Amino acid sequence: MSKRVGLEASHAAAEAARMADVDVIAAYPITPQTHIPERLAEMVADGELNAAYIPVESEHSALSACLGSAAVGARTFTATAGQGLELMHEVVYVASSMRYPMVMTVCNRALSAPLSVWGDHSDAMAVRDTGWIQVFCQNSQEAFDMTLWAFRVGEDSRVLFPVMVHFDGFNLSHVTEPVILPEQKEVDRFLPRFQYPFALDPDNPMTHGAFGPPDIYSEAKIAQEVALRKSKAVIIQGFEEFGDIFGRYYHPVEPYGIQGAKTLLLTMGSFSETAKIAIDTKKDKRESVGLINLRLWRPFPFEELRQAVKDAETLIVFDRCISFGGPGGPVSSEIRSALCNEEERPKVVSFIGGLGGRDMSVKDFEYVIDRGREIVEKGSKELFETVGIRGKVTGIRG
Amino acid sequence: MEGKFIKIGKNRVTADEFVAEGHSFCTGCGEALALRLACKALGRDVIIANATGCIEICTSPLPVTSWRVPWIHTLFENTAATASGIEAGLKILMKKGKMPERDIKCVAVAGDGGTSDIGIQALSGAFERKHDFLYLCFDNEAYMNTGIQRSSATPYGASTTTAPAGKLSIGQTTWKKNMPEIAVAHNIPYVATACPSYPFDLMNKVKKGGEVKGPAYVHIFSPCPTGWRYATDLAIEIGRLAVETGIFPLYEVENGRYKLNVDRPNLKPVEEYLKTQGRFRHLLDEEIAKIQEHVDEEYAKLKAKAACFAA
Repeated sequence: MSKRVGLEASHAAAEAARMADVDVIAAYPITPQTHIPERLAEMVADGELNAAYIPVESEHSALSACLGSAAVGARTFTATAGQGLELMHEVVYVASSMRYPMVMTVCNRALSAPLSVWGDHSDAMAVRDTGWIQVFCQNSQEAFDMTLWAFRVGEDSRVLFPVMVHFDGFNLSHVTEPVILPEQKEVDRFLPRFQYPFALDPDNPMTHGAFGPPDIYSEAKIAQEVALRKSKAVIIQGFEEFGDIFGRYYHPVEPYGIQGAKTLLLTMGSFSETAKIAIDTKKDKRESVGLINLRLWRPFPFEELRQAVKDAETLIVFDRCISFGGPGGPVSSEIRSALCNEEERPKVVSFIGGLGGRDMSVKDFEYVIDRGREIVEKGSKELFETVGIRGKVTGIRG
Repeated sequence: MEGKFIKIGKNRVTADEFVAEGHSFCTGCGEALALRLACKALGRDVIIANATGCIEICTSPLPVTSWRVPWIHTLFENTAATASGIEAGLKILMKKGKMPERDIKCVAVAGDGGTSDIGIQALSGAFERKHDFLYLCFDNEAYMNTGIQRSSATPYGASTTTAPAGKLSIGQTTWKKNMPEIAVAHNIPYVATACPSYPFDLMNKVKKGGEVKGPAYVHIFSPCPTGWRYATDLAIEIGRLAVETGIFPLYEVENGRYKLNVDRPNLKPVEEYLKTQGRFRHLLDEEIAKIQEHVDEEYAKLKAKAACFAA
């Protein structure tokens, strides 16, 4: 029997790694990720998890150790946040380019300076183009579910990519919520034993990580890109298999009350749940609104997104990150480019807020929807607007 | 699996080559020779993690490879950390019965820059965590792969492209970082210095380092004709002079106990070594005297340490 327990998202992720029977954990502590490695270290110390826990001296070494353990075929897990993800930045590219399956939880945190241990999506956006499969979670249950799913998909021989599971620092990492934990045998059914087909082995010597001269580098990178895009079929298959076994079905793009809605709001991560309440409040007032929770960030779900928004007039995209000097929030600029060649498409409005742990209330999202509609009606030259920030920000022109 | 052996005096050396021909090392490269010997000493049951640098570049252009043993290169400064993951991964997979039990040695390979500069943090961490691995530092005393830029392992007075000798400078103005001593300070079970001019000593040390349980470090002097500016047939002679002048003493530290492996009653003057190479050509007598004084002092310290543990 599965059981319903109270768990914060960090402990839910750790529990998923335990039930996945990970072989190697290499992690360096950083707020707000600390509860994950702490819990895993405790499990190893108590014999609840038979794994090597490598207490590395930095995040750069954390992910580098993960490269080594994945290269010999060990099921590998790590977790980080904010500056930690930035410190391991070059290793992040190598993990995906060398096609090493592993799972990394990122407890999304703002980037310095000024120093902030609190949440936003700046860290996630800085690794947007690193070639990992990336998903966002709304709650602790999803933190558990996505972690398990991440191993299943990344290790699939048709995929062989590392997977990043994002959830918001503090807003989720430290919030205790009810989580349904499955039985071990269900997990084992969903997640077969990891057999890395290219493991380093003296009986079958292989060279990993040879350098790419100009006559081969381009082909290697394009092959990687094609493989990442093709992984979407397995990603979706993984969601379906997960649903069939555990009863919770996930999708790359998750609509909430969008049927016939003229105005859509698009959010990622835990703020989607707050935004849903704002949508409910507005629906109670008979306003034509709906929400899109973008779960799959890479590979980007173009078709699913276009399908979900095609009948809407206005699409308001909420970003928790600034693309300095760029065309708006990073999510909104991706959405714009995904839709720009469509004949039927909504007008896209960009909002930025929730930076460095600034909360977004239901009222804030109601404001975003009201103001978003107003921008479309009256027009605006601003590339994006802000919400929940003191003072009026103007003059952000393209 | 055992291949043929070549007998040289009392020593038996495998005829197997683990670094295949066709690589692109410079003619007369001391490092290539040292690597070849080290791999012979290690045999087949290894996994090598290689830092970015000369060895990596000269042995691995896609789509070909010189490596006949499993080999991985990921980045420059993270080799000891990658090795940590390999070692921990193998150990736990065997412990959990996911892989048959066998002795596979994890060996990290890096240059002096990858070791004593950019990779020192990862190396210190891996030593401190007591991973069972062997770290080989191939020291050619500068960033040779990128074009002879100075590192912290570049000796005092050497001219490099980023610390060139000029009207106002003698080139490198700092003393070579003592990396073997830094390794010793981590209280690891085995630290040694080696030089390809002493091939059996080198192979014995690499073998010993591979057999030790826990971290081992072998620092290998690797003469570089391109960067040091000497004729391509002089690598062996220059390596020998480095040892005979006391510039690069051969010693090992087993569980903290020092032992000098080559100890001549009288060291040759450092000038004999310095004059063989273009990188020291600009040095005047007073600088040479300063180097002599420093070498004498360092050698005396080392001898004193070895004397503490003499039988």
